[in-house]
Amino acid sequence: MAEQLEPEIVNQMPVTLPPWSGLRRFTDARIALGRAGIGLPTDAHLEFQLAHARARDAVYSNMDVAALTESMIALDLTVLRAQSAAMNRREYLMRPDKGRRLNDESRLTMDRQPGTGYDLVFVVADGLSATAINQNIAPFLTVLLPDLNSAGWRIGPTVMVEQGRVAIGDEIAHLLNAEIVVVMIGERPGLSSPDSLGCYLTYCPNPGITTDADRNCLSNIRPRGMSYTDAAARLLYLLTESRRRSLSGVSLKDETGLLPDRTSQALECADNRNRRD
Amino acid sequence: MEYRCSLGSITYNFPDLKTLMAKATPFRSGDALAELAAQSAEERVAAQMTLADLPLTAFLSESVIPYEDDEVTRLIVDTHDAIAFAPVKSMTVGGFREWLLSDYATSERLTALAPGLTPEMVAAVSKIMRLQDLIVVAAKCSVITKFRDTIGLKGTLSTRIQPNHPVDDPRGIAASLLDGLLMGGGDAVLGINPATDSPESCITLLKMLDELRERLAIPTQICILAHVTTTIQAIDRGAPVDLVFQSVGGTEAVNRSFGVSLSLLEEAHSAGLSLNRGTMGNNVMYFETGQGSALSANAHHGVDQQTIEARAYAVARRFSPLLVNTVVGFIGPEYLFDGKQITRAGLEDHFCGKLLGLPMGCDVCYTNHAEADQDDMDALLTLLGVAGCSFIMGVPGADDIMLNYQSTSFHDALYVRQALGKRPAPEFEAWLQNAGVMDEQGRIVSDTQELKGLSEPFRRALTAI
Repeated sequence: MAEQLEPEIVNQMPVTLPPWSGLRRFTDARIALGRAGIGLPTDAHLEFQLAHARARDAVYSNMDVAALTESMIALDLTVLRAQSAAMNRREYLMRPDKGRRLNDESRLTMDRQPGTGYDLVFVVADGLSATAINQNIAPFLTVLLPDLNSAGWRIGPTVMVEQGRVAIGDEIAHLLNAEIVVVMIGERPGLSSPDSLGCYLTYCPNPGITTDADRNCLSNIRPRGMSYTDAAARLLYLLTESRRRSLSGVSLKDETGLLPDRTSQALECADNRNRRD
Repeated sequence: MEYRCSLGSITYNFPDLKTLMAKATPFRSGDALAELAAQSAEERVAAQMTLADLPLTAFLSESVIPYEDDEVTRLIVDTHDAIAFAPVKSMTVGGFREWLLSDYATSERLTALAPGLTPEMVAAVSKIMRLQDLIVVAAKCSVITKFRDTIGLKGTLSTRIQPNHPVDDPRGIAASLLDGLLMGGGDAVLGINPATDSPESCITLLKMLDELRERLAIPTQICILAHVTTTIQAIDRGAPVDLVFQSVGGTEAVNRSFGVSLSLLEEAHSAGLSLNRGTMGNNVMYFETGQGSALSANAHHGVDQQTIEARAYAVARRFSPLLVNTVVGFIGPEYLFDGKQITRAGLEDHFCGKLLGLPMGCDVCYTNHAEADQDDMDALLTLLGVAGCSFIMGVPGADDIMLNYQSTSFHDALYVRQALGKRPAPEFEAWLQNAGVMDEQGRIVSDTQELKGLSEPFRRALTAI
């Protein structure tokens, strides 16, 4: 019996590959995957699992504080560390309000900072992907800072926040007496983009009163998304205009061709879940 | 009115109906975020026991959001059908649960009862039901809607093809769309979430979809899921609009945050009807909902997210939709934390919608920051299939590259059809067979003999892209 069965099984082709696989060149969507019965071929199934695993790991990743600090000091930035009121990742995910506030110790740290005020502070927050911070912050700042320095911006200490959301920058800027805050934060990982960095600019933020409509957002900053050069040019433009016109948010958005189109803004502003219409 | 429940030496007090409803709700993170959830497991059951003893008529005398403050409450109260309600008017919530489970509650009786039920009654009974109760009762409900095909017939499961593209590239969209059709999807709707919500791009996409639909003579409907005002403009400019889409919620304030009101929806509904493009029927609206949207817009009035969601169905019901889709896991873990919470919410929403007479489908989905994965989606999908869910999404490989979340795939739809013996809508099934996509046993054949078995227009569409 076994001798008869074996060649038959070998000749069976359990996977059907679609003759329209050429359509794949038109989109990154997972089309023309083929099928085993009605299930996914093993390769396609495991590729999906890998992408999801990377996204999940990004959500639970930690900022590499030592390496980040070193790279910022090398760029002549002063670094402060802070922690939001969210104790851990689970609390961070379930209580967005806590991720928007400093914990007591960090508030004291900010409050004790000397200084007469700054034009700009950077807040670097893990958000939903510390992977995005670890991979993008140093190269992005390296591109961005020379232009800011030569334009004479007075830049305050860069605050590295764990378990932070975008609005935590409001409190930090307020305590540090900074005119503009730029929060660089890990965005909600997509299946093919676990490393996407977002930048949120807010002019004169007022904790608890400032809303997301008062911010400008650059999204999808990463090697395979918006390039560092492109993002730095856009951010420099936004910063210059924000300071010149003393505002940020919706009214700053509409008047320039340099700003990102609606598409990149629709792509998840990490702290602000929009419904899908 | 105040409610009270004594268990042993402890007495639990619930100051009003909305608090009682919230405390009786099975735990989910959104209610905890809103500080509405029960403080202990026992308090939750005490609230459920109190709720079970409440007469259904209590929901006609006390509103969770005041009549004067909210047009959704006014809609619910003003359109309540007392004659339809009569058969159950003397029941308590607990007694109603038993009646629903019993053989007295036939498909015909449930259909006749629907206009007599309010969202709050339906939400209340769902809070004291287990998953199997939600499934077995929903499976008895029959809700049939029509446009170019028939959605919701017993034994069918329809799918929306969702061929989204990050920059609305027409060829990228067409590639996903053809892939979906070749895998047997699309009988609920061919529906795109546009990356850009402008009348121009909306019209461009509508024309593209309509041309493809016409060329292949597909008995289905098309939709661009733009804001309702954008679609009205497209209609005014003569664009081929089949279905008018809008996200809706269960309070006037959350609808305001979506930029809509009942009167605007009325206008949109009339505009959709005026085109008279349906061949089988004229259900022209497509609504999407989801637990948590009101809280995220700070528009929940201290009402729990599941009750608010049921109230959204009163809004949908007003406009005789073809499709109502609860996008259950899109909202994120601060509202539905994990697979367990998403699963229960999906089944609650499907049950509540069906009992209120709506053609309920479900976007079985999750985001990457939720504690959920493909196994959770398989479980919910299977349970919804058993519950008789009208339609699900079909996203290439379950990965929406525009909205960045995971939904169900074309393969998933084939899985649930095969596992549970479901078929597409009959008109669409006949088309699939004629087009050479599916055989009479419901097996995919589009890919078995190169493209030779496909109809001529199909082959041309594949090469013309």
